[in-house]
Amino acid sequence: MLGKLSWAAIPFNEPLPLVSTAVVALILLVALAIVTVKGWWPYLWREWLTSVDHKRIGVMYVSLGLVMLLRGFADALMMRSQQALAIGTAQGYLPPEHYNQIFSAHGTIMIFFVAMPLVIGLMNFVVPLQLGVRDVAFPVLNSVSFWLTAAGALLINVSLVIGNFARTGWMAYPPLSGIQFSPDVGVDYYLWSLQISGIGTLFTGINFVTTILKLRAPGMTYFRMPVFCWTALAANLLIVAAFPILTATFLMLLLDRYLGMHFFTNDAGGNQMMYVNLFWAWGHPEVYILILPAFGIFSEVAATYSGKALFSYRSMVLATLAICILSFMVWLHHFFTMGAGANVNAFFGIMSAIIAVPTGVKVFNWLFTMFRGRIVFTTPMLFLIGFIVTFVIGGLTGVLLAIPPVDFVLHNSAFLVAHFHNVIIGGVLFGVLAGYNHWFPKAFGFTLDDRLGKASFWCWLVGFYLAFMPLYVLGLMGMTRRLQHIADPSWRPWLLVAGAGAIVIFCGILCQVAQLYLSIRTREHRRDVTGDPWNGRTLEWATPSPPPAYNFAVLPRVETIDAFWEMKRKGEQRWVERRYQAIEMPRNSATGFVLSFFAVVTGFALIWHVWWIVILGLLAAAATILAFGWSDEREREISATEIARMERTRVAVGGAG
Amino acid sequence: MSRRGDPRRGLRCSGALRWPVVGCAAFFAASCQSAGVLDPRGPVASAERLLLINATAIMLVVVVPVILATLAFAWWYRSSNPRAVRSSQLAYEGRIEFVTWSIPALTVVLLGGVIWIGSHQLDPRASIPAKAAPLRVDVVALDWKWLFIYPDQGIAAVNQLTIPVETPISFRLTSATVMNSFFVPQLGSQIYTMGGMTTHLNLLASEPGEYPGISANFSGQDFSRMRFLVKALPDSDFEAWTAEVRRGGSALDEAGFAELAKPGTIAPATYRSVAPKLFERIVEQTTAGPEKVGVTDWRSSAPQKGH
Repeated sequence: MLGKLSWAAIPFNEPLPLVSTAVVALILLVALAIVTVKGWWPYLWREWLTSVDHKRIGVMYVSLGLVMLLRGFADALMMRSQQALAIGTAQGYLPPEHYNQIFSAHGTIMIFFVAMPLVIGLMNFVVPLQLGVRDVAFPVLNSVSFWLTAAGALLINVSLVIGNFARTGWMAYPPLSGIQFSPDVGVDYYLWSLQISGIGTLFTGINFVTTILKLRAPGMTYFRMPVFCWTALAANLLIVAAFPILTATFLMLLLDRYLGMHFFTNDAGGNQMMYVNLFWAWGHPEVYILILPAFGIFSEVAATYSGKALFSYRSMVLATLAICILSFMVWLHHFFTMGAGANVNAFFGIMSAIIAVPTGVKVFNWLFTMFRGRIVFTTPMLFLIGFIVTFVIGGLTGVLLAIPPVDFVLHNSAFLVAHFHNVIIGGVLFGVLAGYNHWFPKAFGFTLDDRLGKASFWCWLVGFYLAFMPLYVLGLMGMTRRLQHIADPSWRPWLLVAGAGAIVIFCGILCQVAQLYLSIRTREHRRDVTGDPWNGRTLEWATPSPPPAYNFAVLPRVETIDAFWEMKRKGEQRWVERRYQAIEMPRNSATGFVLSFFAVVTGFALIWHVWWIVILGLLAAAATILAFGWSDEREREISATEIARMERTRVAVGGAG
Repeated sequence: MSRRGDPRRGLRCSGALRWPVVGCAAFFAASCQSAGVLDPRGPVASAERLLLINATAIMLVVVVPVILATLAFAWWYRSSNPRAVRSSQLAYEGRIEFVTWSIPALTVVLLGGVIWIGSHQLDPRASIPAKAAPLRVDVVALDWKWLFIYPDQGIAAVNQLTIPVETPISFRLTSATVMNSFFVPQLGSQIYTMGGMTTHLNLLASEPGEYPGISANFSGQDFSRMRFLVKALPDSDFEAWTAEVRRGGSALDEAGFAELAKPGTIAPATYRSVAPKLFERIVEQTTAGPEKVGVTDWRSSAPQKGH
């Protein structure tokens, strides 16, 4: 009746996951109780859960990413403490079967449920505003994307308390991840939560490629788009090209596990290296799906806070597209040690090094954007400077790893771990945090506290160097990754420093929480009534903060790059009384929420082999899609008089811009 | 470099720079006493360390000025600096653009040459020139131990790899379980061991000593205990060792291998004899599945403990 599910699935003998889940469940229950008592459900349902507004969806994505960051970071703290404790004769407090789940969950969560939601969330919020349009091409699909991502995140968290998570590392290489060596449900949790969220991500890719190619404000030609939109276009093209590879690869592994097929098994003609090749054919573009939008954010930040146009816009676009294409030609550098011939290794090594050229150009362009500028040291600008300094070090170690003979001694080592944290924390995360501070006032109408923002920056920066420079050293000392127990006591000081670094980063996260809390408390003093708190250059600053549902009462006309800067230069009035026209906006839709509910149910039933629920869940999901297909009133019209009224109120409140 | 910040400025804004410098210095301080990649005991590892250092030096030529320029620009062009010359119109300058593409391109051209030559010279398959004839060793990764078979001597050892110095070792490697990576940091190149497949690796120890070896690819439950010790002995001592191994210990036959292959960790051990063509049969058996080769099924027990 319930497949493999029984009381044995709940780890009563392991207090750590049970207690932490209980605490989280308690917090959730309290939150739900408050919402119920205060009668906020209708508001939540109407304004958030069923919203198809790209801004709301963006905010929900970023919130999901930040919450999951806490989960992933808790895993990081456990790993660092275990490695600092379990040295020599000491065994630490996490046995292998638990520790191996933790690093697998840490990698999976940080890539798929922290970095991806944060990056996609910022793209969601910013891209349509920068393009000067009212929403994305497919607003309901956008909501489906978000809720499918949330469904995947929920399933991963369920694995904490019902069953277990994969003990294979976040790449889940077969045959270790096959049914022979991982017979329990851990790998199934991994596979199904990533299949569900991966489909959501693919929809996002399709949505944003369409939006950027087909919906832009009048006059916004490709070469007048803000650089962030270019990087978003490149990232979403990569999503469209790369995520189907991941979905197909996971499908093959699922067929191996569920139907006894032999795509990746040791025996019967299976080839484990096919999985490794396919995984990285997705995996390397994935790196650029994350970092390209971060580059875009830094481009906006550099120009805005230097009070100068971005240096060499065309070079920047060209470099972005070059990286986009090259990212598909380097996947083999993740396994030079497979034993391929020298020609193959040399080719992929050189291709990998070539990516350093467009990336280097970008760094120089940010540098020359600051050159002769008027730099204001806000939190985002600090993140930019910290990023450049940190990222070039990460780039250096990355090129080192791209040299096959050097990789032969550093592959899978702590040096590698330090390298990719160097580029993901120093690149993606710093970028996202810069964007979060930069665009927060646009989303909520008040600025974030700069003092605590800077405190969090310094904690992140110092914490990063403390936590990961020792790992570079340890890698050179011969330490490989994923060690539950350390044999060599001479590594202890380095591991202790790394642990201290994690605690400093934790302080950075606390500063961010405090920053958010304090800023909300004092929001009346930090209102942004102008809609343009940073003297911005692009169109998102041409509309009030927070923008109305329709973004722009009248679509802006674009004549140059940095369209809003040009408008300000010409002294064009914003928000003046104009002849408004009625605007058609998409209606709310529960499709995404309901669909993802059934996705969670179906995914959970698939993991536990409860086939009747699988069938019911799939039928219900199909019915949800059909119901949406049959609905005919998908748009609502906001009349011209209502728009005029809303705009007048804004002018009255905000003062003319 | 002519751009050298005054010390006052250095103190104020070098917080970000200080740690990498400390880290770099620490690399070398730490490497001297450690048994790691920077402490090579063979030609392969030495060449790889040299490549590592050369490539780092080539890139530091660009990276260090970029870091310094970033900090210098950010500080000099701060909005409160009355002496800074500003031009908000500077958004394009052909000569600068030429330079910004050229510097990384030239660096990468140089590194591309390094990569091409290095990949061929240090190809794991390439035999190592030496006076002595190569010693053949077959490596089998098991859950969670290493089996070393000496096909020419007809002996085997678990979790200890005894080799003669100044003799090229020609490895054939496979796995009777999940993927692992055979790695002795002080001897150089690692390589994957994969079920049903054979990889090749050539290494040489140039001085006697004991060097730790590990698996460098996560392989499950007791992965972090999957360690072995390389003992590099002078030629005569190696001969004495083989003779001693032949005198004692058990024989590694099919049944003995099935027992050894069961998941778990064990102390180092030696075998006085090995079933003929055991390595080939492990490769074949892993590919075809035991029922087709008709031997003891040594893979049936579930390797995962826990709930």
